[in-house]
Amino acid sequence: MSNVAPLLQVKNLRVEFPTRRGTLVALDDVSFDIAPGEVLGVVGESGAGKSMTGAAIIGLLEPPGRIAKGEILLGGRRIDNLRYEEMRRIRGKEIGAIFQDPLTTLNPLYTVGRQLAETMTTHLPIGPGEARKRAIEWLEMVGIPAAAQRIDSYPHEFSGGMRQRVVIALALCAEPRLIVADEPTTALDVSIQAQVIALLKRLAREKGTAMMLVTHDMGVIAETADRVAVMYAGRVAEIGPVREVVKHANHPYSAGLMASIPPLDRRVERLAQIDGAMPRLSAIPKGCAYNPRCPQVFDKCRTYRPDLINAGTTQAACWLYDTEAPRG
Amino acid sequence: MAAAVQRFLDSDLWWSFRRSPVTVVSAIVALVCILGAVLAPWIAPHNPFDLASLNLSDAFKPPAWDEDGAAEYLLGTDDQGRDVLSAIMYGARVSLLVGLSATIFATVLGVSLGLTAGYAGGHVDSVLMRICDIQLTFPSILVALLVDGVVRAVLPREVHDQIALFVVIFAIGISEWPKFARTVRGSTLVERNKEYVQAARVIGVPSLRIMFSHVLPNVIGPILVVATLNLGLAILSEATLSFLGVGVPPTQPSLGTLIRIGNDFLFSGEWWITIFPGVALIAMVLSVNLLGDWLRDALNPKLR
Amino acid sequence: MADPVPMLEARDLARHFDVSRPFLQRLLAREERRTLRAVDGISFTIPKGTTLSLVGESGCGKSTVARLSVGLYGPTAGSVRFEGRDLAEARSLADQRRRMQMIFQDPYASLNPRWRVKNIIAEPIHAFGLVKSKGEEENRVAELLTQVGLSPLDGEKFPHEFSGGQRQRISIARALSSNPEFLVCDEPTSALDVSVQAQILNLMKELQQRLGLTYLFISHNLAVVRQISDRIGVMYLGRLAELAPAESLFKRPRHPYTRALMEAIPDLDMTGRERIPVGGEVPSPITPPSGCAFHPRCPLANERCKRERPEMKPAGDAMVACHAVEEGRDDAMPMPAIARTAA
Repeated sequence: MSNVAPLLQVKNLRVEFPTRRGTLVALDDVSFDIAPGEVLGVVGESGAGKSMTGAAIIGLLEPPGRIAKGEILLGGRRIDNLRYEEMRRIRGKEIGAIFQDPLTTLNPLYTVGRQLAETMTTHLPIGPGEARKRAIEWLEMVGIPAAAQRIDSYPHEFSGGMRQRVVIALALCAEPRLIVADEPTTALDVSIQAQVIALLKRLAREKGTAMMLVTHDMGVIAETADRVAVMYAGRVAEIGPVREVVKHANHPYSAGLMASIPPLDRRVERLAQIDGAMPRLSAIPKGCAYNPRCPQVFDKCRTYRPDLINAGTTQAACWLYDTEAPRG
Repeated sequence: MAAAVQRFLDSDLWWSFRRSPVTVVSAIVALVCILGAVLAPWIAPHNPFDLASLNLSDAFKPPAWDEDGAAEYLLGTDDQGRDVLSAIMYGARVSLLVGLSATIFATVLGVSLGLTAGYAGGHVDSVLMRICDIQLTFPSILVALLVDGVVRAVLPREVHDQIALFVVIFAIGISEWPKFARTVRGSTLVERNKEYVQAARVIGVPSLRIMFSHVLPNVIGPILVVATLNLGLAILSEATLSFLGVGVPPTQPSLGTLIRIGNDFLFSGEWWITIFPGVALIAMVLSVNLLGDWLRDALNPKLR
Repeated sequence: MADPVPMLEARDLARHFDVSRPFLQRLLAREERRTLRAVDGISFTIPKGTTLSLVGESGCGKSTVARLSVGLYGPTAGSVRFEGRDLAEARSLADQRRRMQMIFQDPYASLNPRWRVKNIIAEPIHAFGLVKSKGEEENRVAELLTQVGLSPLDGEKFPHEFSGGQRQRISIARALSSNPEFLVCDEPTSALDVSVQAQILNLMKELQQRLGLTYLFISHNLAVVRQISDRIGVMYLGRLAELAPAESLFKRPRHPYTRALMEAIPDLDMTGRERIPVGGEVPSPITPPSGCAFHPRCPLANERCKRERPEMKPAGDAMVACHAVEEGRDDAMPMPAIARTAA
């Protein structure tokens, strides 16, 4: 992938939340790329900053949050400093967004067909007739039975799983180059989840769309993503090919996280657990944010903050892989 | 105690209070009104009810800054030679007493019934809420007039004069409780289904105790807002009733009574007798309402 | 099942909810009353000191069973017996009520935000009059906090000062404070992050061993359930599809729905196995399909399945409600990959 120009570049992104008790740094020095057609999974515990990264990219940070440093580039063009109107156009046309709760995306007052058609006529050079035809095709494509009849239904007339399919159709119909999906299957049951994931994967592959998939469900990542970024306390702890990160994580946090997933194929007496909890944004420890919980901590971790460095198969923000200064 | 003060100074409530100039000004105005009213017997320049000190030759004195005014009577005097400023302070005392008492009465009644309706649900809920609906279709002034009229018809005049204050309080309170009941019922319905209430039910905590020790502390925020906004309304209702002559007894004139009395002289040039009590009423009600608005926004996590 | 009297026994348990619109609206729209059959006739027993888990998708009625089992709901039909005694009767006695407790799903809603942690934990102690003095109570709360891995100093704080996992520990401490023997756990880890989930599951297992607790464990996550259960019941639309010893369920799932569920779980080991989604949607429990509720989604369904509702029948060491299993037609559906690799 190294010889393909990346579609999305996030460089040293820093997001701050000014509060009356001082400025909280929600994201710090977050950098990654996504190539065309690639699926990047972003995982981490709640509060690690994974959803916030997605929100920053689509320009929907909740106030008073703001980008304080860094750049976000889509196809080489900076999009982090655009005005609201410009960003809104990009959000429909070039970036599609899928959220956990489909009801936040769908307008309850309009039929799904109208919402699909409007999105397409706004962003694509087609007329209303063509848009309606394509809307039916999209509904068929996302697996909604009797699409031609259901196109004039309102969102509340669909079940949860069907609604999320409509959202997927809505996110994809303007043929964006990037999809930011934030926990797209979390609200769905396992049996429905599998259908939705399979659909997303297939469509992204067919259309060559890049995807940033934010989720806490490692199973979904394992079967969907090409690469994974593991986030901890607002920073990327490790990033690398999905197989490596899930099965042979280099960062002690990623390793601990993967080990704590209960296995389905056997019963273990005691699950591996990471003691303690992720620090609050207002109390991130000095040095490596993970150092108080890390089983392999040494002096340097308590003082200096590691950047992402080469850790063989992946890149990890961990002093264990610092070859220049030996540990101790 | 010191810890409690410290906690308050650290709280979001204090922070949002200091950030809003309108709120700070309202609080100061409200405080001045309340202090002036409460401390009237000690700080008012004159005692308007001390007939011995009244001098008819001082009647109809304009405010002090007018060339005919006297420094002794800052806001002038009325037809009896009573000091308008002192009358306002004493009048505000009555207005505030009635407003507060009526609000407390409405709060206690509304919160109890709302909690019961929300927590018990079913038929109890339906019956109580229908009563609310019916009550809400009558303007509160009408209810107050009705209660007042019934009491007047039933009780002899001297008894009525003695309890007139309570009649007004009851009349205003009874017309305001549905607002509290509805607010509390709504929040109770939400809280009732929360798991901490279920946890208490699993242990077997009696319903009454769950309602008051678990649910009530969590619905108190909206109640405070409604109560504050309602205080302004209650003061206004009292003023309206007194203006119409069915409110507090003439021996205890409130701001409304003062406005009515002064109204007779408005067009004969003695404007100050009615305008100043009016301004005092507006200042009091407006500041309390603005405080209520702020409280509502400050307690609403979505707007923060 | 050495103990003849189980901790909990449910027999033909059902709970229906009236979900009709208000009377006047119903009258105007000429609608029938609508009944949601959340739980529609299920039977199980939980022997003392063991864990029974109920799994299923949302709306299958598993949480309703949890609430029926501690008496938060009364049954519409059937019965729940707590150590041989009718549950309603047991709950009228404080010393019996003390023995059952519940842990909830949402760590943010299960603790009263206005109460200090020490008072939250002490509520059951008060309610059952378990201590004689204030000092004794403080000691007990400190002991409970330590037992769940928190510091005794945490008692002074309010719930919002804790993370989700810590709150769930507080919930557990509250549940343990009345020295219960039977704990109903309604999705206790599903709102938690995976690393915290492991902490809580380990804690719950530890407490069970140390205190000899009996658990009714509700979850939608098969992997979690495998770690904690002795027996597992799979629920679908208010009924049990299959009830089997835990290992047996994973080695040889019998009901087509159980197999489909296992096949639908994402493959973390990336063995290249494609997950096979269960087709279709979960039907509404207000208008459940005729016959076997799973028949519209079942690859083995035939005429009989559409017509006749299957009853729980023994199959090996399991109980299964499926005509295909009973008739021996189930070989037509392959075992899920997980069962194949485990066997």
